[in-house]
Amino acid sequence: MSSSVTVPKSALPQRRAQSFISRLKSGEELAYLITVTAAAVIILLTALVLYELIAQSGQARHKFGWSFLFTSTWDPVAGDYGALPFIYGTVVTSVMALLIAIPFGLGAAIFLAEMAPPKISNAMTFLIELLAAVPSVIYGVLGIFVLVPALQKSVVPAIKSVAGSLPIFQGTFYGVSVFSAGIVLSVMIVPFIISVSREVLLAVPRDQREASLALGASQWQTIWRVVMPNASTGITGSIFLALARALGETMAVTMVIGNAPQIKASLLAPGNSIASMIASSFTEATDDLFLSALVELGLVLFGVTFVLNGLARILIMTTQQKGAHK
Amino acid sequence: MSPKGRAPSSQETPPARQEQKNANGPALKKLSAVNLDFYYGAFQALQNISLDFQENHITALIGPSGCGKSTFLRTLNRMHETVKGTRLTGQILLDGKDILKEDVNSVRLKVGMVFQRSNPFPKTIFENVAYGLHVNSFQGGKAAIREVVEKSLVKAALWEEVKDKLHQSAFGLSGGQQQRLCIARALAVEPEVLLLDEPCSALDPIATAKIEDLLFALKSETTIVIVTHNMQQAARVSDFTGFFLLGKMIEFSTTNVIFQNPTQTATEDYVTGRFG
Amino acid sequence: MKPNSAIKNLVNYTMFAVTGLCTVIAVGILFFILGYLIFNGGKSLSLSFFTNLPVPVGEIGGGMANAIVGSGKVLGLATVLGIPIGFLGGVYLSEYSNERVAFTIRYITDLLNGVPSIVIGIVVYAIIVHPMGHYSTFAGGVALGIMMIPISVRSTEEFLSAVPQSLREASLALGAHKWKSIVTVVIPAAMRGIISGTMLDIARVAGETAPLLFTALGSQYWSPGWNGPTATLPVMIYRYAISPYEDWQRQAWAAGFVLLALVLLINIVARLALSKGIYVPKG
Repeated sequence: MSSSVTVPKSALPQRRAQSFISRLKSGEELAYLITVTAAAVIILLTALVLYELIAQSGQARHKFGWSFLFTSTWDPVAGDYGALPFIYGTVVTSVMALLIAIPFGLGAAIFLAEMAPPKISNAMTFLIELLAAVPSVIYGVLGIFVLVPALQKSVVPAIKSVAGSLPIFQGTFYGVSVFSAGIVLSVMIVPFIISVSREVLLAVPRDQREASLALGASQWQTIWRVVMPNASTGITGSIFLALARALGETMAVTMVIGNAPQIKASLLAPGNSIASMIASSFTEATDDLFLSALVELGLVLFGVTFVLNGLARILIMTTQQKGAHK
Repeated sequence: MSPKGRAPSSQETPPARQEQKNANGPALKKLSAVNLDFYYGAFQALQNISLDFQENHITALIGPSGCGKSTFLRTLNRMHETVKGTRLTGQILLDGKDILKEDVNSVRLKVGMVFQRSNPFPKTIFENVAYGLHVNSFQGGKAAIREVVEKSLVKAALWEEVKDKLHQSAFGLSGGQQQRLCIARALAVEPEVLLLDEPCSALDPIATAKIEDLLFALKSETTIVIVTHNMQQAARVSDFTGFFLLGKMIEFSTTNVIFQNPTQTATEDYVTGRFG
Repeated sequence: MKPNSAIKNLVNYTMFAVTGLCTVIAVGILFFILGYLIFNGGKSLSLSFFTNLPVPVGEIGGGMANAIVGSGKVLGLATVLGIPIGFLGGVYLSEYSNERVAFTIRYITDLLNGVPSIVIGIVVYAIIVHPMGHYSTFAGGVALGIMMIPISVRSTEEFLSAVPQSLREASLALGAHKWKSIVTVVIPAAMRGIISGTMLDIARVAGETAPLLFTALGSQYWSPGWNGPTATLPVMIYRYAISPYEDWQRQAWAAGFVLLALVLLINIVARLALSKGIYVPKG
């Protein structure tokens, strides 16, 4: 057996230090091959995902081109498909979810990172991370049987009495709607905002807070004027992550959004998101063009979440590097 | 031999202080620590510290790592309260009033601090200096704020270098400049006492010299306490020096006495470099 | 300056209360969900739920035995497919690859992780269901397996990287080959974390519904073997919940309770029973 001298730079001996035969015999080459294969499989799988999305959507893409994104007709009988209603539904529900989840999420993150004693903070964070593990279909069940009736009975009438003249609150509320989907979605993304933001806040160096306190600032002033600005890139990253999550969320949204491929100004009207459209129609797609259009919807969704996730990761990485330098 | 060093009593008044006393009337004790004991949980980090800081003079606190000098400094503006599980008994008198019993934010306005590593906020140079004004309901318009910012930057010997880039990020400054920015930031709220915790330890000799020069200029308006592990710096800069060891204050006297004629063996060993 | 300490303190306390309230609400949601499921699910749960097959609407005594078995099969296949690939990929990242290759692989893995689950379902439909001509348990297992890979990779890599370099050096200095060192020293040192990561991975995928909708599809009957569509717990919950039949809706609650209990239990055990500071992938 060759002498494996420990090379100073890395503990693992360079593979060229041993002869190829010796590596083969010792099983080293085999082990390496196995792990490389696994890594290659992963890369191939991802490529396959991309390939299939592009290939299977080909028919629709060639027929409609870019106008697919701007057309609002969805007519299986006539073979005319447009993604606009679903893009609209996805955007509206996600934006609504963010508007609700961000204040709550940041508020809780601030409390857990800055104000709560460590034991309470850790315990509550543990529970909130459990919340993130609840399956989407469970949120859907609660959405249908608990949230929607509650909205019908008390919340929406209250909103209508106060803001009923606004276009976003016009029309009869039948329960399943863009509004309900937005609320369910907000509950689902809150845990992500909380846990990522909390970590980002905790990573802000101590001496930033101390400098502020030493100038006579109160704890809240310190949090608002110093800690949050320090953490702003990372928090934005957490929001992008939550948004990416919201866009791809399928089951809970499908169960409460009402499944209507339409664009209405009112939040109280039923609608559809890209994911919920695919979920509810895929098995009933009658012809190839229909299927191809649905796959193209999937491609659109993939593209948007890809961009968002990429941005999110850059933002969060930047924050981590900033903290490391201090 | 005199017992373990305390603030000079009337019998032991060193010559320099005697002169001052005669010239200006009764001794001006700006800030006094009285019988301070400090605990991290069960561990006692400071034992029965009592000493006075003379108004408009620079007092240095020296001692080997872990001796408690920084811990002590941080009690003087109650920064120790930001750490859980700490306990402080005794009194800290500012102009005769115990700051431990007052509103902590008001105390910190009067007793400012500059930290070991510069820690400017992620804001512009201007906003960094103006920060203290904003969080303390500064009564005055934009012009007044600008005046204060300029004045503070002048006192911190930084104005000339940054006057054309006030609205650029503070992170664009060099290490030494950032530290002077932190000094300007602390000065903006016009503290009566300025605490500096090894402010030059991360800086090169030139940057260090600039800061030492501005401290000389400052002391006519402010009482300064500086913790340093650089004995030459203490000798250069301070009027009085206190030597700490293992949580106790071993000796306190004028800088000349501490460095040339210490009464305690431990002090002598430290300043001659036998340990530490 | 006339700093108003009273106002500062008031604002402080108010914001403490406001942010605390946000936290309490967030945590409260968890208990809200648990409460409803325990109450509504618990009261609909009976032995027949676990032992009986679904019955046509109108008849009583239906259960979800086939869905439970189906979920087990699909998850089992997913684990067998996904974990080894993910694990070995993680080993490659941590022990063999150089920085640039590692960065690329990590990037691609994250990309795969970010693919919405319904899109995975579409892709598996295209590559397995469509060519085979029918829905199948196999396709369902593959879909979930693909979803398990990225989490397993990141988790494995994180825990292996956390093993101190000195352990590897000690083993190599004693003359062991690199792969032996990895297998006998490094992996065992990271084992706790890797197991917990695997458990969390399984729990995450156990609740996934979307990718099964057009791979395993669903069924009211047993589904022996791997070539036919099969009922799974999450899909049954979905279909029963959106149905207009009260009996089915009650079963949806019961099934939801069972699924949630399972998922939460695995999560709690994995996070608690193992050391603090385990890497928990977010999303």
